[in-house]
Amino acid sequence: MKKTLFDKVWDSHVVKHVEDGPDVLFIDRHLVHEVTSPVAFLGLKNRGIRVLHPERTFATADHNTPTINQHLPVADPLSANQLKALEENAKEYGISHWGLGHKKNGIVHVVGPEYGITQPGATIVCGDSHTSTHGAFGAIAFGIGTSEVEMVLATQCIMQPKPKKMRINVKGSLNFGVTPKDVALYIISKLTTSGATGYFVEYAGDVFENMTMEGRMTVCNLSIEMGARGGMIAPDEKTFDYIKGREFTPTGAAWDKAMAYWETLHTDPDAEFDKELSFDASDIEPMITYGTNPGMGMGISKSIPKAEQVEGGVSTYKKSLGYMSFNEGDDMIGKPIDFVFIGSCTNGRIEDFRAFASIIKGRQKAPNVTAWLVPGSHQVEAAIKEEGLLAIIHEAGFELREPGCSACLAMNDDKVPAGKLAVSTSNRNFEGRQGPGSRTLLASPLVAAAAAVTGKVTDPRELMEKLVASS
Amino acid sequence: MAYDKFEILTSTAVPLPIENVDTDQIIPARFLKATERKGFGDNLFRDWRYNNDNSPKTDFVLNDSTYSGKILVGGRNFGSGSSREHAAWAVYDYGFRCVISSFFADIFKGNCLNIGVLPVQVSADFSNKLFSEIEKDPKTVIEVNLQEQTVTLLATGEKESFDINGYKKDNMLNGFDDIDYLVNVKSDIVEFAKNTPL
Repeated sequence: MKKTLFDKVWDSHVVKHVEDGPDVLFIDRHLVHEVTSPVAFLGLKNRGIRVLHPERTFATADHNTPTINQHLPVADPLSANQLKALEENAKEYGISHWGLGHKKNGIVHVVGPEYGITQPGATIVCGDSHTSTHGAFGAIAFGIGTSEVEMVLATQCIMQPKPKKMRINVKGSLNFGVTPKDVALYIISKLTTSGATGYFVEYAGDVFENMTMEGRMTVCNLSIEMGARGGMIAPDEKTFDYIKGREFTPTGAAWDKAMAYWETLHTDPDAEFDKELSFDASDIEPMITYGTNPGMGMGISKSIPKAEQVEGGVSTYKKSLGYMSFNEGDDMIGKPIDFVFIGSCTNGRIEDFRAFASIIKGRQKAPNVTAWLVPGSHQVEAAIKEEGLLAIIHEAGFELREPGCSACLAMNDDKVPAGKLAVSTSNRNFEGRQGPGSRTLLASPLVAAAAAVTGKVTDPRELMEKLVASS
Repeated sequence: MAYDKFEILTSTAVPLPIENVDTDQIIPARFLKATERKGFGDNLFRDWRYNNDNSPKTDFVLNDSTYSGKILVGGRNFGSGSSREHAAWAVYDYGFRCVISSFFADIFKGNCLNIGVLPVQVSADFSNKLFSEIEKDPKTVIEVNLQEQTVTLLATGEKESFDINGYKKDNMLNGFDDIDYLVNVKSDIVEFAKNTPL
């Protein structure tokens, strides 16, 4: 039978199928962070169960961590308690733990690929919906709830009905100033936040083939924002080159054996999808959101759609614009902004900081803007320094913070104040996501950089050298 | 046994006719710092329910004593966003045992099923019917029958059936959870793991 990439990986991990129920799915790699794990560990204790495969679980602290003065004790007692719980649970059950201050610490979806934990053909789960990031390597990766975290700790399996399959093709060449983030926001704006619910997505077409691994991670990361449990891209030479030589990547004979499997990981010609969509790359321009979910996005040069032009309920749409203090028909260009956030598992990697630096270089931070630049990991932080980006950042009047999830979900002190408008490279613009009453515009690092130096929503193409375009 | 059995729930309902209710609204991230599962109901819909000074927002449905019950009827695409099971815990801890919507986000729906809150997906027409009946009479009683897989407006007898797979249905009827099942098939898993390199 002709199989899709998704079928191949899923089917090879089914321990058993429950009649009129889910599959028992074996999980190769389990990532754990401090927020969604403590109750799972507590459940294990209450049931008197040990962790079945501690060597398959990796813990890092990221959601709750401060992004300044990480060498000092964590001030918030509740955050400190959660970080301590993770450390103690990891110790109790023999799980590797990259806590605050550890050189490998960083956002769980940034460090997984950095250290080769993320591999093609693997099943990867984490109590975090952006686990879909790891699909960039041809893995089946998705977010789970805490009950499921407990299941994986206890049995290395979860129970999941097999999702339907969708393929999204984007063909052609990307326009000047258009980044992987824009491609993803464009697709979500077309599908809405529920358009792929119940599906697992495969991204195909030359746009994704030509994308860097980090770009693919950004796209797969945002799969959940269209409702899909996850998204994946067939591994290729770029994938293999990326993972080779990393700490947890197989070596020698194990590498050869793995490669033999990995090279089979592509959708067979004529394999069937439940749904197939195609977009033309030339239709995509730099994107920005204007509402309170990631589906409410548009090309930066457009104006906010009228309620009657959008799908869904008019009252919900108007409530959303009311929260944002925007009007139907408004242009986004020129709107004054207060905050800029560069970071998160969506856009907190070195290529994102390179893009940001390419625009701010030789310019100055706008005086009305507070900017938080938060690397996804210590490895990203080190690269920023090594590549000379830190000097550019400092010369332009910005500062670099320490790694963590930070203002993406504002669990720590990095909260955008009520009413303030932030251009953010993260993944969610929900009401209050970046702090109670905060208003978020999701965009690429280029759009965020343009806003940071002009103090308002600005088309980054106006600030870019034509030479940068083709990269 | 992991949670309460769910057989038949007969209750008034709380209407929340807003689409795309995301898990950040159900419970904002700043309330996810506990290391035990308790007290999440206090912060259910926190920022829709309370002003910054913690005074209740009188126009929000949970602060309106006209509406009460163990059933929450939400708008389309309920529970989108984060995987935080805390959202389902908050719904449960507040006292809801069932959420009805014309469409659920995937992870939230799974989380509900895993903790004993029944997510009931109905047609858009039936969802609209429920909202209008509750608006007309806040004391409208709804019966959710898991065995029969039906939702019924008791006053008129109008009903609709809903889907749930046999395995999950059996779990909810008996109060079992997935770990109960998985622990029971552990020898299969151990055998499978032998052939699955790290």
